[in-house]
Amino acid sequence: MAHFTKATSIKDWLNQRLAIEKVEKVMASEYWIPKNINFLWAMGMVLVITFVLLLVSGIFLLMYYQPNVDLAFDSVNYTIMREVDFGWLWRHVHGVAASVVFLIIYIHMFTAIYYGSYKKGREMIWISGMLLFVAFSAEAFSGYMLPWGQMSYWAGMVITNLFSGGSLHADGLVEWIRGDYVPAQAFLNRFFMLHVLLIPVAIMGLIGLHFGALRIPHVNNQDGEEIDFDEESKKYLAGDKAGSKVIRFANDFMSKDMLVVAIYLVFFFYLVFFHYDFAMDPVNFDPADGLKTPTHIYPEWYFLWSYEILRPFSTNIGLMAFAFAQVIFMALPFLDRSPNTVPASRRGLFKYWFWAMLIDMIILTAMGKVPPIEPFGTIGFYAALTFIGLWIALPIITMFEKKA
Amino acid sequence: MKNSSRRGFMGKAFGGVAGVGAIAALFAMKKSWDPLPSVKAAGFTTLDMSAYKENELVVEKWRGKPIFVLKQSKAMLESEDKNMSQLTGKTTAAIDKTRLIKIGDAHYMVTIGLCTHLGCIPGYDKDEKSFLCACHGGKYDDTGMVTKSPPPRGLDIPPFKIDGNTLVLGEEGPEYKKMKETGITL
Repeated sequence: MAHFTKATSIKDWLNQRLAIEKVEKVMASEYWIPKNINFLWAMGMVLVITFVLLLVSGIFLLMYYQPNVDLAFDSVNYTIMREVDFGWLWRHVHGVAASVVFLIIYIHMFTAIYYGSYKKGREMIWISGMLLFVAFSAEAFSGYMLPWGQMSYWAGMVITNLFSGGSLHADGLVEWIRGDYVPAQAFLNRFFMLHVLLIPVAIMGLIGLHFGALRIPHVNNQDGEEIDFDEESKKYLAGDKAGSKVIRFANDFMSKDMLVVAIYLVFFFYLVFFHYDFAMDPVNFDPADGLKTPTHIYPEWYFLWSYEILRPFSTNIGLMAFAFAQVIFMALPFLDRSPNTVPASRRGLFKYWFWAMLIDMIILTAMGKVPPIEPFGTIGFYAALTFIGLWIALPIITMFEKKA
Repeated sequence: MKNSSRRGFMGKAFGGVAGVGAIAALFAMKKSWDPLPSVKAAGFTTLDMSAYKENELVVEKWRGKPIFVLKQSKAMLESEDKNMSQLTGKTTAAIDKTRLIKIGDAHYMVTIGLCTHLGCIPGYDKDEKSFLCACHGGKYDDTGMVTKSPPPRGLDIPPFKIDGNTLVLGEEGPEYKKMKETGITL
């Protein structure tokens, strides 16, 4: 049995029971971060802060929201927006954060792709990150159902219809997911449960896995250099702070992190107070009506690229292309056949692949927003083909890449 | 050695029972997500067919979906020959009558009022006697047959059963089964 002595302070008392000094070292002051990084390395912390904002605003919304097809719309648009003091604040923080979180996720993802932070032992960081992307997508979709406006209803209709599998006509599966023939009470209730309990729990578990996956390979750096973290940390602790290639996570790296977070929060609250409308679709301010379709159904901006991969093809091919787009990013560490872990700019053809992929996804996003009239239909069609083509080309061009 | 085999047995016994329990729990979870009996019971709609007027579209509701009911006038039945289906290239006359439901002496178009392309609700033009879907420009004639793509097929016909002068939606009568077999509706 462990031996306990009379505590000399509260800290000592806790230390004997919880080893708080050791925990603090492992988690913060002796968790080592390379010096050779830039502001893009702060996106993880920006995401953590945004997740906390979503959680806190969500808790307040949850206290007045009614998951009932007759009451949901008014509980959001009347009770929360007009009756509850500062109810508008929670709603606008929640709506803006839900949208902005995807912008940061995309930046975070493309940073990882650019610097090759998904290979040489960092595969699990990438995979857990992509699982987080899937979980956040499900969280965004289920949350979008809750105000029970026209866009909620029809997005619910269209997305659950995807599960019929085109010509497979698996209508039984669609009805099982909905718990009804159309989105109705059972549907609203179960998506409410998913949004406030099951998916958030999954997200928190995945965040734990994502952080855990970082510990052994450590954070990548701007040159993809393989750093001996034991050696460099010893140098740092011995007093050679200038010569060491690493710094402490806290407070050194954190202080830089929080500077980026501070700038981000200025931008974030500017949106919350002055431009929240970009995250609030006007069509969703009409209550759900199963007998009236909005003339133009489109998803939120962060799903547009994959929606545009679905749209220009016939039903079955479209579904296959869509399914491909949903899973293919997960396979990136294995499709990139080159052992080079350096920025894309030093990787020959991969440099062009990276920028082509980024631009193609921006084009797909833009084409997904406009109505399917010419020339947008054709542009979207070729952009979708380009997306698939780029993924097929990736293993080939990386296989012939010269050792950097 | 003896101990570890006992532990192995314990582990297997526990794992076996827990595995059966897990499968049973999954089954219960699947069943809990099924549409409720009350939802299924509400899945039938009875229409009194004598109430409809010729060439006047009435939108009914069945399982939360809009249902188009259009009683055919004599002129509509006779003018069918002029319609040409873009998809089949044949005159729709042969297909037309097969898409209609005959009750007494009257013919009715009864379809699910959702465009078979992406599920928007088409509007009816009384003078042109055709449906136009505003979403992507698909067109249907007065029997719900496609006359202009992108819709892949005519408006779907809900399962129905003729019961005297009424039509029960949600039940499969012999006329509906025949339509399904001949591929007139899905």
